[in-house]
Amino acid sequence: MTYAQNLRCRECSRDYPLAALHVCEFCFGPLEVVYDDDGIKAAVSREAIASRPANLWRYREFLPCDADTAINIGAGFTPLIHAKNLGKALGLPNLYIKNDTANPTWSFKDRVVAIASSRARELGYEKLACASTGNLANSVSAHAAAAGMEAVVVIPNDLEAGKVLGSSIYSPTLVKVAGNYDAVNRLCAELAGTRNWAFVNVNVRPYYAEGSKTLGYEVAEQLGWRAPDHCVVPIASGSLFVKIRKGLNEFAKAGLIDEPHTRMSGAQATGCSPVATAWAEGSMNFRPQRPDTIAKSLAIGNPADGYYSLVQLKDTNGACASVSDDEIVAGMKLLAETEGIFAETAGGVTVASVKQLAAAGRIDPGELVVAFITGAGFKTAEAVADSLGPALEIDATVESFEAAYEDREGVPA
Amino acid sequence: MAVQRLRFTFPTDLIKEPVIYLIGQQFEVITNIRMADVDESTGWVILELEGDTDEIARSVAWAESRGVRVDPITGDVIEG
Repeated sequence: MTYAQNLRCRECSRDYPLAALHVCEFCFGPLEVVYDDDGIKAAVSREAIASRPANLWRYREFLPCDADTAINIGAGFTPLIHAKNLGKALGLPNLYIKNDTANPTWSFKDRVVAIASSRARELGYEKLACASTGNLANSVSAHAAAAGMEAVVVIPNDLEAGKVLGSSIYSPTLVKVAGNYDAVNRLCAELAGTRNWAFVNVNVRPYYAEGSKTLGYEVAEQLGWRAPDHCVVPIASGSLFVKIRKGLNEFAKAGLIDEPHTRMSGAQATGCSPVATAWAEGSMNFRPQRPDTIAKSLAIGNPADGYYSLVQLKDTNGACASVSDDEIVAGMKLLAETEGIFAETAGGVTVASVKQLAAAGRIDPGELVVAFITGAGFKTAEAVADSLGPALEIDATVESFEAAYEDREGVPA
Repeated sequence: MAVQRLRFTFPTDLIKEPVIYLIGQQFEVITNIRMADVDESTGWVILELEGDTDEIARSVAWAESRGVRVDPITGDVIEG
């Protein structure tokens, strides 16, 4: 069963049924799922949650579809590690990494697609669709395969090879579109409006967005049922950034943790930084941008939740960083070399942003900080391939090995 | 007949131009302003365009050629 009651407009508070709707017919505000909070509070306990399997469906009371019949490929409950080495490098002794590269298709998108696909099937849809720069397409393809549904995924024709392969293996209908970003975006909006398919981030977006809340639940549970002091989250559409806090607030409302006072800070690539730019200018209105960054999973020039991200930055005394492509690559390498985690470019954005915010004094060294790493590095191998050291090329002799080993680069004589 | 809801953002130099009137004059589409915020320097309008799909596309291309930015009302549909 679910405790979801209806959809409600975030702007004008009009209520709608739990159907495939995503914007208010009157004011065009986004719709959100509303729950029976008292019912949830009466039903949940720390012990009940902790006793369940290690995936996101352990938070079933807080989710908008029936967990017993959900499409479950094991998304969620990824590791939270105390990043002591990275923290030492950045002067943050209480830095934690939420490692969402450990999801079934190696990105946090498995969380949102788990919910969207399950709800789409409940609503009677047979086809799952999305427009994506990679991670979302991978996850939609995998969930559709597991559910026996047809997947139609639309991608730009210049994506990294790893992200294309990561969809193709599940045999979706894969559509590569030629054209600039705006043209591809408009085509996909038109398709979403004319096809009777479940476009996971369009007509079933209210359910899709709920998946991101589970990152907030997990971090709180993994910290011993408490909220962190500060979260640093990559901002693309802004939905993840907003929903992590919603998850913390819902846990508090259900009595599972104390009232959170978590500061929420954002991370963007300079080549696509509508939120960071508005924040730096002190504006609550962002201007859409044409993306130009290696962090393609964050390349959302006109973010649906951009305004709400700015509101959250202000409400929580957060900050928003933007980092260059060179800083992104350096961030990826720093995370790998200090913590053994190979993240995609978005992870580089997050690590570089933590570094920038810490250096600027926007993160207090005493805070318990959680940095969210949302996708795995093999998906964007091209981004770092040229900046890595070469292997030692030797003959099959001990002498050859020793000569090469003594002469290797970067080691003091 | 199709209906598309789009957000038109006007740069300063187009604020005084009757762009929406001209769309209705030059193309076989019905224009319906649903929300708007226009001042002396910038402005946006959420516009419903009703008509043949190709005719709507032509009218949007014409508006863009004049310098109007046209976006889906929900922000970007493509995600990471």
